[in-house]
Amino acid sequence: MRRVLVPRDAAAIACGAEAVVRALAAAGIAPVRNSSRGMFWLEPLVEVEEDGVRWGFGPLDAAGATALAEALAAGTPAAEIRHPQAVGEVEAIPFLAGQTRLTFARAGITDPLSLADYAAHGGWKGLGRALDIGPEAIVAEVTASGLRGRGGAGFPTGIKWKTVAEAAGPQKYIVCNADEGDSGTFADRMVMEGDPFLLIEGMAIAGIAVGATRGYVYVRSEYPHAIAALEAAVATAEAAGWLGERVGGSGHAFRLEVRTGAGAYVCGEETALLDSLEGKRGIVRAKPPLPAHKGLFGRPTVINNVLSLAAVPFVLAEGAKAYADYGMGRSRGTMPIQLAGNVRHGGLYETAFGITLGALVDEIGGGTASGRPVRAVQVGGPLGAYFPRALFDTPFDYEAFAAKDGLIGHGGIVVFDDTVDMARQARFAFEFCAIESCGKCTPCRIGAVRGQETMDRVIAGGDPAGQVALVEDLCNTMKFGSLCALGGFTPYPVLSALAHFPEDFGGGARRLPTAAE
Amino acid sequence: MQRSAEWNEAETLEIVGRHAQREGPLLPILHEMQESFGYVPRDALPVVAKALNLSRAEVYGVATFYHDFRAAPAGRRVLKLCRAEACQSMGCEALVARAEEALGTACGGTSPDGVTLEAVYCLGLCATSPSAMLDGRPVARLDAERLDALIAEARA
Repeated sequence: MRRVLVPRDAAAIACGAEAVVRALAAAGIAPVRNSSRGMFWLEPLVEVEEDGVRWGFGPLDAAGATALAEALAAGTPAAEIRHPQAVGEVEAIPFLAGQTRLTFARAGITDPLSLADYAAHGGWKGLGRALDIGPEAIVAEVTASGLRGRGGAGFPTGIKWKTVAEAAGPQKYIVCNADEGDSGTFADRMVMEGDPFLLIEGMAIAGIAVGATRGYVYVRSEYPHAIAALEAAVATAEAAGWLGERVGGSGHAFRLEVRTGAGAYVCGEETALLDSLEGKRGIVRAKPPLPAHKGLFGRPTVINNVLSLAAVPFVLAEGAKAYADYGMGRSRGTMPIQLAGNVRHGGLYETAFGITLGALVDEIGGGTASGRPVRAVQVGGPLGAYFPRALFDTPFDYEAFAAKDGLIGHGGIVVFDDTVDMARQARFAFEFCAIESCGKCTPCRIGAVRGQETMDRVIAGGDPAGQVALVEDLCNTMKFGSLCALGGFTPYPVLSALAHFPEDFGGGARRLPTAAE
Repeated sequence: MQRSAEWNEAETLEIVGRHAQREGPLLPILHEMQESFGYVPRDALPVVAKALNLSRAEVYGVATFYHDFRAAPAGRRVLKLCRAEACQSMGCEALVARAEEALGTACGGTSPDGVTLEAVYCLGLCATSPSAMLDGRPVARLDAERLDALIAEARA
């Protein structure tokens, strides 16, 4: 039996997947809409499945899809179709074959909204085991796995869950932080669009573990496809009894609701997110109290990133050891790394912690898309440090990046070629902080604006040494005086640009184009 | 794409009624108001405040905090261009300048023929940068030619 698959992932759609589907439909082919494999330079990637093997064709446009359809209609086996965009057996592509996909095990393989597909590919196994072993053992298992918060802070997930499990309260909540605002990151989006039942399963397990009966997924409004996929998946899971009064036929109740953000980056900060969910301005709260004690509506709340919750079903299904066997040091398991920006092979690369930055950018990413030399990479989003090639031997690990004054954050790597002007990137870090500051604390609210103004003077070229000294002093104030990571981490891109690329801050503005042409 | 009707109190109260029983109903209410009216009318905020038993200041504070909620109707079409780092690395700033020139308006404004141009900070399409969104439709791998086609489509 032969099947043709075209991803419904937003990035595939953005690259023209709908035109491909129309061209196939005109030739009488109704493709299955799978999720993306995460090899975005090949999107739209059409897969033809024959005898259980997938053959890839991409990136396809409508004409390419028509040519493929003609070859299929002529009865040519997929492996023998001579097509300019033929990429061979999909799972043999080195980018994919080299990965360790635990969280993204189903990516590109299943129809994201098919409950049957989900169950046939290992879905609900983690929840089944969670129901068998009970709350305390679930928390022990997650703790033993070494899983740390994948949103960026890296706090041990099991300890967070234990705190909520031990907190008393008539109502507890599981809140999923799906406000994936960092540029260069899209792994949360891929989970929600490409395997939404996985997130539902992870949240249900969390609910059972800590005694929470209600959950919210707070998704940013910039992700309309993710919101639609999650809402459809929640309705399907409810109808099938995986959510509701009796989760999976057990005595545990768990209800889930999807909420939409409203374009505020700061709501990715967990306490601002909770205020936003409550219907308030997304203003950061002072801690303590921790959300685990007083979270949503003042109740004990587990708030975890999408990737943290999506890692849990594997941990339960295969056991803590199977997860913890991957990784290095205190960074256990796998990290879905996102290669983005000016990179030849951009996409999702899930692998065990410990791989070097250089291997990721040069070997797996294949260098820049522009073909020019890689000059800088920003790791961990707008609040992450810029690393030069000299630091490419840094292993991907929470502590190793911290030791180099950087952070892995949510695992996004944005690649820049040699046309980048690092003084402008430093200025943008302040500008972005000024746009998105919630305004509660002074170092962030005022500092970001003053930083932007001072960088303007650096770029204009008068007294660069004096102005740079002011920037450094300001960064010190923001780093230690801000309430949350927005103001507190904005110094990372600024100070790293200053430390590693001082030549861009020297005798005034270098009038280079801001990006590759 | 968006309806920019005059707001009215009855429809506002209907919207509030659909969400009032939910936990934290204010953001869902403001979202639906924007869907229904094309913007969040400032004059409607006291109606929402009264129905939810909140102060007018609280509701005004929320409506003005979030970038998404418009105080006035947008143009016929809304074109969002991503200006975050991944798109910067692929030359989005030159495209923004090109779009601003073509439409005769800076980001945040509306062209005389009704295309609103906005900056957005990340659409999550960072491996196929530069990216844009025309109304709800994502578009990636933008270059000057594709941007011009997108602008032409928006103006049509």
